[in-house]
Amino acid sequence: MSSKFLHIFGFAAAIVAIQIFTQLTDTSFHLTQLTMTAYYSLLVIGLCMLIGYAGQISLGHAGFFAIGGYISAFLTTHDLTVLKGKPFVASLSKLGVLVMSKDTYGTELLTFNPWPACILSVCTVLIIAYVIGGPVLKLKGHYLAMATLGFGIIIYRIVLGTSSLGSADGISGVPGFSLLPGVMIGGSGSGKILNYYVAWGILIAGMTCLLNLISSRVGRALSAIHGAEDAAEAMGIPTANYKLKVFVLSAGFAAIAGVLLTHYNGSIGPSEASVMKSVRYVAIVAIGGMTSLWGAISMSLILNYLSLRGSFGTYDDAVFGVILILIMLFAPDGLIRRQVLGDLKSFFTRSAGKGVAL
Amino acid sequence: MTALLVVDKLSKRFGGLQAVNEVSFSVQAGSIKALIGPNGAGKTTLFNLISGVITPDSGVINFCGSQVQGLRPHQVASRGMARTFQHIRLFPKMSVLENIMIGRHIHSRAGFVAGMLSIPYTWSEEKKIREKSQEILAFLNLESLADIEATTLSYGQQRNVELGRALACEPKLLLLDEPAAGLNMSETAELGALVSKIRDTGITVLIVEHDMTLVMEISDEILVLSYGKKIADDKPLAVQSNSEVINVYLGEDDA
Repeated sequence: MSSKFLHIFGFAAAIVAIQIFTQLTDTSFHLTQLTMTAYYSLLVIGLCMLIGYAGQISLGHAGFFAIGGYISAFLTTHDLTVLKGKPFVASLSKLGVLVMSKDTYGTELLTFNPWPACILSVCTVLIIAYVIGGPVLKLKGHYLAMATLGFGIIIYRIVLGTSSLGSADGISGVPGFSLLPGVMIGGSGSGKILNYYVAWGILIAGMTCLLNLISSRVGRALSAIHGAEDAAEAMGIPTANYKLKVFVLSAGFAAIAGVLLTHYNGSIGPSEASVMKSVRYVAIVAIGGMTSLWGAISMSLILNYLSLRGSFGTYDDAVFGVILILIMLFAPDGLIRRQVLGDLKSFFTRSAGKGVAL
Repeated sequence: MTALLVVDKLSKRFGGLQAVNEVSFSVQAGSIKALIGPNGAGKTTLFNLISGVITPDSGVINFCGSQVQGLRPHQVASRGMARTFQHIRLFPKMSVLENIMIGRHIHSRAGFVAGMLSIPYTWSEEKKIREKSQEILAFLNLESLADIEATTLSYGQQRNVELGRALACEPKLLLLDEPAAGLNMSETAELGALVSKIRDTGITVLIVEHDMTLVMEISDEILVLSYGKKIADDKPLAVQSNSEVINVYLGEDDA
């Protein structure tokens, strides 16, 4: 318990240190990519929970990310002025769900407020994940991988083919998301440093929830399902129900990540829904060591950041493909293994404490 | 004595094979009942039917006064039935203690939300799970192994951990599928004593076993299956002298 909070505290300290470092070296332009990295990492830790702990693969998480982002983008940019007289829109307006604004040309727009749009899109993703998760999670191994891959492809083709979602251009001009009074995600004039801290703060909150979950009864049950599903079932664990719940949970993380990143960037495009994005997330979870949230989050930080900085050039997707192949071949337990971390920890605690030989 | 488990005309067919054929029997509360028969007699199928792993084609399974046929294994388990497996099914990458703690699942309730928010309720529940699991470890003399990864233990120790995991469920009925398989003579004798000790704590035991010495020693009643059919269901001595049993089973076995 205490070591968990120590880790989280250390992580938060590192986040602050990075910000101060960019301030001192006058490289605060890096904060933009670091902020985006935090949102992608939110998806990655949710996926790590699903793949690493519950042992269920998903090659469709970019789909959930995109659904969240697209719905929120659509609702907050789609002008409802012409429908103003309709009773449904009028009642929405009365509820305070809608907001009036002006676009760059001064035309008045009646759109959804980001908060209700966010809630609506996340809820939609949860429902979609619940509906497809039921039948799909009956599959195992590569069958499950193919089914979720199919889902990802469908979502990609839908966002690419729907003109009201901007087809290949995606949706731009997405307004900032006023999370709290004075705390704005994205939008014009929003603080770079504030956004950086908000994004990493949200990630740390999500991380704390998942770390709690892992060390709880449910986390143990998920590991049991991963290890020996029939035995877990025989011990009274409703395996199908738990798999569905963790699938929906990880889809929810993807959706929140999608919504927030879309508002931060002010836009979303179909590439966010592409299968290569899903492969990338799986590759990051794999290289981070499947059963290590800290491994996943640190690899996500490094690789997403490098990718966003354009370090991999035009070979961006190829790099992640190669990483996935190499990891599967040479280090299926990932680079950052719990074993290694555990050995290090026991080495230090032992030499500091009882002095038991290793 | 009352019957804890009553099985009535249970049948299961796999393609052309009638694996279990209209088998009826009952297990008295607080007793040890052994299920024996030559290989392929349908013992494990019967076990899987009772624990809900497979659904019967026909017949009724009455456990603690309610019908359980057609329920999922986890539903049967939560009604108070725990089992071990013919091939040990421990959870890899989890310590002995964690394996046992899984057995407490049905006796605790913290769900996804409570787990994520780590509310005080989950702490107190977690503490109870841990304490009870340690009690089980003490009962089985496994305390010293608590933090060792379960799947790295010796075969005999793994058997005991699996038994402990089932005991952690505090079952009314414990199903043991060939617990003595792969154990040497002294380990088998220890197991026999342990199963009797478990029965004495009030847990009813249904055991599939090939080791006749063990079966004769600990069972109150023995059910004999052959080709999916019940051929005897009686006290050990009566079964031993049953000519049909001698023919189909003991007669063919050098033991």
